[in-house]
Amino acid sequence: MSGIDDGDVILELKEITKAYSGIVALKKADLKLRRGAVNVLVGENGAGKSTMMRIIAGVERPTLGEIWLDGERIHLDSPADAVRRGIGIVFQELNLFGNLSVAENIFATREMTRGIRGIDHRAQVEKANEFLNRLEAGISAETLAEDLPIGQQQLVEIARAVSLDTRILIMDEPTSALSAAEVDVLFRVITDLKARGVAIVYISHRLEELMRIGDYITVLKDGQITGHAMVKDIDTRWIVRSMIGSDTKDFAKQVDHEPGEEVFRTENICLPRAQGGFAVDHVSIGVRKGEILGIYGLMGAGRSELFECIMGCHEHYTGKIYVEGRELKGRDTTRRIRNGLALIPEDRQREGLVQSMSIADNLTMASLGQFLRAGFHIDVAREAEAIKEAIRNLSIKARNPEFDVTSMSGGNQQKVVIGKALMTGPKVLLMDEPSRGIDVGAKADVFLTMRRLAGEGLAILFSTSDLEEVMALSDRIAVMSNGRLVTVVDRRHATDEMIVSASAEGHKTKRMHA
Amino acid sequence: MTTATQTAAAGSFSSGSALLTLMKLRTFIALFAVIIFFSIFAPNFLSTANMILVTKHATQNAFLAIGMTFVIITGGIDLSVGSIVGLCGMIAGGLIMYGVALPLGYTMYFNVIEVAIIVAVVGILIGAINGLLITRLNVAPFIATLGTLYVARGMALLYSDGQTLPNLSGREDLGNQGFSYLGSGTILGLPVSVWILVAVALGAAYFARFVPLGRHIFAVGGNERASRMSGIRVNRVKMFVYMFSGFCAAIVGLVISSELMASHPATGTNLELNAIAAAVLGGTSMSGGRGTIGGTIIGAFVIGILSGGLVMMGVSSFWQMVIKGLVIIVAVVVDQAQRRLQQRVTLMQMAKAG
Repeated sequence: MSGIDDGDVILELKEITKAYSGIVALKKADLKLRRGAVNVLVGENGAGKSTMMRIIAGVERPTLGEIWLDGERIHLDSPADAVRRGIGIVFQELNLFGNLSVAENIFATREMTRGIRGIDHRAQVEKANEFLNRLEAGISAETLAEDLPIGQQQLVEIARAVSLDTRILIMDEPTSALSAAEVDVLFRVITDLKARGVAIVYISHRLEELMRIGDYITVLKDGQITGHAMVKDIDTRWIVRSMIGSDTKDFAKQVDHEPGEEVFRTENICLPRAQGGFAVDHVSIGVRKGEILGIYGLMGAGRSELFECIMGCHEHYTGKIYVEGRELKGRDTTRRIRNGLALIPEDRQREGLVQSMSIADNLTMASLGQFLRAGFHIDVAREAEAIKEAIRNLSIKARNPEFDVTSMSGGNQQKVVIGKALMTGPKVLLMDEPSRGIDVGAKADVFLTMRRLAGEGLAILFSTSDLEEVMALSDRIAVMSNGRLVTVVDRRHATDEMIVSASAEGHKTKRMHA
Repeated sequence: MTTATQTAAAGSFSSGSALLTLMKLRTFIALFAVIIFFSIFAPNFLSTANMILVTKHATQNAFLAIGMTFVIITGGIDLSVGSIVGLCGMIAGGLIMYGVALPLGYTMYFNVIEVAIIVAVVGILIGAINGLLITRLNVAPFIATLGTLYVARGMALLYSDGQTLPNLSGREDLGNQGFSYLGSGTILGLPVSVWILVAVALGAAYFARFVPLGRHIFAVGGNERASRMSGIRVNRVKMFVYMFSGFCAAIVGLVISSELMASHPATGTNLELNAIAAAVLGGTSMSGGRGTIGGTIIGAFVIGILSGGLVMMGVSSFWQMVIKGLVIIVAVVVDQAQRRLQQRVTLMQMAKAG
């Protein structure tokens, strides 16, 4: 990659390492941002892109490493610090104040005032409308932010970032909620900003977009930079190769066994969305004993919501759920677990672990009932035995089960969550993005475990947005899109193109309606 | 600048962990510090009579603090315990002096054990009301228990129109004598209330470690969402802790009115604050998930000894309040510092290893 035109570097990250409790998100990553160019950043989920941007935006501080701006070493202690230095960001998650108007959102923290007469609302609205018109957003600056659909909220975010008059503008998946026409407008704005010398950082999963708008491209994988080039020199194959690497993904050596009879079935699961429509749209699906069913879908396809319905986390879903032919009556999670269902949630930190407890306590918290004597007394010896066994079976690297669960790496934390679910003795295991945010080695361990469990007769449903993962692991593949179950195919008949096009199905029909 | 802090941090790994151990033992250190301090500066502090007096006082705080510890571990707070103490004391007194007037002009009296049971049930019921408000009606614990604080205190005052019930020795013909035993009786030289405390504390410690519901208290406080996803019945756990807290308050109500052989409706005012202070001093985290019964008991004794010792030294009660407040603030500051230090040490290790 020596041929890269080195351009005009405005910001440079040098050997940045960022550790969270449980995971090292960035490992000695270097990054150069160039003035008047679109600097594209790509990588799989959990590769560390967002972490890197949060460091540049002053939201997070690096554990180790240096930040250089205009050839000068700087420290960004807060988002306000970053804004002062001309760094603006459009976050992936929307960060609008729903209870304030669009204009108030755009000028939050730097309100236009008239001395002691307070905020000049009229001027703010005028100015805000100017920015919105440039984005051809068709939004009145006086509307409340929460009354806007997601796509328009995203445009407001972008308008706010543009209005900051920044030298560096970070856009973290700005198009994820935009229609094709809105994307075109956004790209015109980006070109305009580029011409004015703004360094743009553009993060997206949509490769064709990157090829269209990008000038420089940096690929992140597992917290490390694996590729850096000028976009005009490369093709999408190069990106995919750098993103995935050649060393991985041979995890799922087939364990040959025939799946048994159906143990689990859902009928017409429906979960209405607050804004109308369905988050889960009449999903009927069955899994057989010893079978791994992979549910593929993009973000927001309704996979997590489906799992949550199955586990009884949503009170207002409709539809029927059967385990071994019996319909489940109780609608709360406790009874679902007793009926033989178990879920590995997608968000390990928020829904999987109790951070204040030890590894051992996390493992047994869902299954204490098994160790009882006289109906109430926990037999600690038996409990310790079971913990030891779980740690051995899942090859959890725990020096001492009494240590805090947060002292382990993300992969081992994930294994603890899996161990906790397995200790309840499930017949059906639901795994929501089981490989999210864990390193390659742990990934392979998790996948091998899934294979082994299926071999032992467990029915496994897992969701993923990683195409290769779903192809390698599943016996059958289901594709969800916009809440609907688009198709279910046998892995032997599935092709990449088939699955990718199915995953966009739900959105196509939606756009035709709109 | 960062390089400097880096090398400093690397060098201070070992001293950092020494500091950590010291910080973890802070409640013990505080206990010994106050004992040593007062045995030097307060005359007669170590006399048996005084020790028993201080112990009795600390015991009352300790009961409330045990209940409070469980509540705080779930991430809640119970402000109503002081008022429950007052109301329960009044009910105990009323039952002994007047009994319960049934229709048809007949009055029913209870013996002392029955009185104790009824009072305990009242305490548990008020706790259950707190629990229902918090779990079913989604009222924030602070507000729900603030409400019951006022309601219970008001009911205590209404019970006797604000008057003290002066003589609880009971009447022989009614068979309700012997109420004084709880507050002033002794077994093997120690007050009965201390023995009860030992029993409740051991029971609570056992419960926290060996009973599923007890373990679940920690899970709920550490991560309520994850607990729910793991099938823990979060509402049931919360109901339990508030009911247990009410039960502990009822015991204190009985002990205080038995000690004085009189019930005053203002009894127990501000005791909830002492209980919170004791729990916090004992290492219970206000954000939930962490805490121990042992630590809380030590915390209650630190506060008890501190107030007793200061009285003996002749420090004015105004200064006592200032000192108590400072001790609590320092305890929490040290607690936070410990947590930050611990986090930094682990993160640094991970960054180096990863």
